[in-house]
Amino acid sequence: MDGKAMEHAVTSILLAGVGGQGIILASDIMAEVFLEAGYDVKKSEIHGMAQRGGSVTSHVRFGKRVYSPIIKAGDADILLAFEKLEALRWINHARSDGVVILNDHKINPPIVNLGKMTYPQGIIEIIKKNCKHLHLVPGTRIAREAGDIRAANVVLLGALSRIVEIDGDLWMEVILRYLPPKVHSVNRKAFIMGRDYIGG
Amino acid sequence: MKRVLTGNEAIARGAYEGGARFAAAYPGTPSSEILDTIGKEYREIYAEWAPNEKVALEAAMGASIAGARAIVCMKHVGVNVAADPLMTLSYTGVRGGIVLVTADDPELYSSQNEQDNRHYAKFAKIPMLEPSNSQEAKNFVKIGFELSEQFDTPVMLRSVTRISHSKTVVTLEDRQEGSVPIEMKKDAPKWVMLPVYGRQRHSIVEERFLRLKKKAGTFPENRIELNGSRVGIVTAGISYQYAKEIFPDYSYLKLGMVWPLSRKLIARFYDQVEEVYVVEELDPFLEENLKTMGFTVKGGKEVFPLCGELTPFLVEKGMKGSSFQEPRVSFSETLPPRPPNMCAGCPHRGIFHILRKRKFFVAGDIGCYTLAALPPLTALDSCICMGSSVGQAHGISKVLGREERKKVVAVIGDSTFIHGGITPLIDVAYNKGDATIIILDNHATAMTGFQEHPATGFTIRGEPTARLDFVALAKSMGIKSIRVTNPWNLEEIERVVMEETAKEEPSLIINQGPCAMLRKEIKEYHEPYGIDQDKCTGCRVCISLGCPAISWNPAEGEMAVSADGKRRKGFSSIEKTLCPGCGLCIQVCKFGAIHTKGDQVIYGFQTKKDRSP
Repeated sequence: MDGKAMEHAVTSILLAGVGGQGIILASDIMAEVFLEAGYDVKKSEIHGMAQRGGSVTSHVRFGKRVYSPIIKAGDADILLAFEKLEALRWINHARSDGVVILNDHKINPPIVNLGKMTYPQGIIEIIKKNCKHLHLVPGTRIAREAGDIRAANVVLLGALSRIVEIDGDLWMEVILRYLPPKVHSVNRKAFIMGRDYIGG
Repeated sequence: MKRVLTGNEAIARGAYEGGARFAAAYPGTPSSEILDTIGKEYREIYAEWAPNEKVALEAAMGASIAGARAIVCMKHVGVNVAADPLMTLSYTGVRGGIVLVTADDPELYSSQNEQDNRHYAKFAKIPMLEPSNSQEAKNFVKIGFELSEQFDTPVMLRSVTRISHSKTVVTLEDRQEGSVPIEMKKDAPKWVMLPVYGRQRHSIVEERFLRLKKKAGTFPENRIELNGSRVGIVTAGISYQYAKEIFPDYSYLKLGMVWPLSRKLIARFYDQVEEVYVVEELDPFLEENLKTMGFTVKGGKEVFPLCGELTPFLVEKGMKGSSFQEPRVSFSETLPPRPPNMCAGCPHRGIFHILRKRKFFVAGDIGCYTLAALPPLTALDSCICMGSSVGQAHGISKVLGREERKKVVAVIGDSTFIHGGITPLIDVAYNKGDATIIILDNHATAMTGFQEHPATGFTIRGEPTARLDFVALAKSMGIKSIRVTNPWNLEEIERVVMEETAKEEPSLIINQGPCAMLRKEIKEYHEPYGIDQDKCTGCRVCISLGCPAISWNPAEGEMAVSADGKRRKGFSSIEKTLCPGCGLCIQVCKFGAIHTKGDQVIYGFQTKKDRSP
């Protein structure tokens, strides 16, 4: 975003994806990073019911002083989407001059599995039309290369760390603190690969 | 030290810092993590999962009589269950402070209604505090204990899903013990609510209420934020944050105590602004009380919605009215929804497949299995509150003829059964009912995060304890026909359900197997199943199970013909990374298209002999 996120007093990041993709953990890590970088931070999501496989969103906001824990519709500076259909579902929540980081990954919802609706086509084109900056990241593929597809959330955090200007070492430190030691090396790789994919 | 905590974690921290010695709850979204956190992190507080909210509050009252500070946590509808002791606890008052946390669920993210529990404080004539972020959530628990002891009253603290499940920055402090000595003192006029003493206590309640009203006028958490004299907003809780987000330059009366209200304080605010809006979620609670006092409200529920959760967007839209500019909506196609779903391997799926196939009317209850009402299972036909399925099935069976009532069963989860299903089962047995009750026993309070309960054999802190035996319990009620089934063995379930519903006596079926997500309990998962795409005729029976691991693929060209030459519209496939090998789908396939690497079908998952908590 070339420092664009810093223009507003508060930066709003909307994470969207499917239950089980590690969205809540990613947003927990983000909140901790922003706190330790010296900001006020709020984050909010809904859990309850059997959410595995359901739509999941998490709102993260940081800045000098944050009031609402949820983002006003149309006001997200960054949409961090873990799945393509979910990116489309939340595209109206993103600013037209904002950034979409999209994991190039498709998960059929049950109604598509049942053959009653079809998975939408041309998602990337629609997103490009609606939002100025799109970074398409093959997060799931990169995570597999790093050693575990479950690290796709950390790949996306690596990509995000290029967009919000906070020290990469702080990101890495917090990520490793949140994860058990046996997965540290995979996730260290995943974060760096995600960060490198977007470039410096 | 600063930390980012959820509202629930902050409430738990507040109980710790505020010197609580006793904590009890029944899990319920969005309140569950309060006691989860106390159980894990604050060993100074005795903590327990109670069988239901009424018991939790009664036990807290006991702790309070002995002088301990006690916190009781429940979701909004849990207060309905605890309302019986609550209404009279208002009369007796306390010794050690009692804070009752109600976590309301505007928008019904995971609830059966969106009742506004502020009314309970008014109904019970007790104070209610309402935090607007995690820092206040923590502080208000501590303030709640002090108010409770100072005014001899239980204090309610109202959270909502957005407070409970949002993380905000909190400054941690040290624990301060309560000052009430732990000891027993007899005091019948205070604790025994015979009519003669109850009458005396009622006038004490009314006198206390006047003192509380006065307190509300000087309470530091009821604050006026003056920012110009044109527009004033009266608000509390999460609504305050939404309003501040959109209108940082208006004046505010921000209430930390939403009941009782101080007329004096409100009048002082009205004197300083030209017009007043009331921004609140759900019911016009503040608005109606302001109007009753004679204040004019420029904008209230005629500009803000009565139903659902408030958002910054809705606050802006309501306040600006016709001058509000709708944001750009550039994409408005209908997208495939992605509702929550029973997990792959779920022990609830098989029985609903059978109940639908056999066209039962299924009186349902509260739990993950309530999702069976949705397609493709569409096999659950009623649900109102915890434990209600059993009484419903009994009532139905008393008015239907012998043949019709064979087509009715009740289903209820293990934890839900303990919460509210035992008493109605006694009703079935005592009043010569012949309903068939099915306990879906997945060894956990699964939906709220796998909390222990009296039939798991472990306490909140993982100590082994007495384990409730459903079979022995039902026998003691006089129920003779009790069967235990494997939830992944369809032939067994179907046979047992048909046999039991045919009987002219009450039956209990315990459909018993661990939740597929309960890793600590499951001995091992099995090899994923696969589908032979040549053999699949595209009949969709496996699809009708609604398993997230099974997908439908439309077929074109040569794929539109199966191996035996029949035309097909598509074929099924199994996502190996999602399939835990429960063996359900292979039992429904009539064409032998589903296969396993193993020698034989293993029906679901075995429980570890020595499971750890």
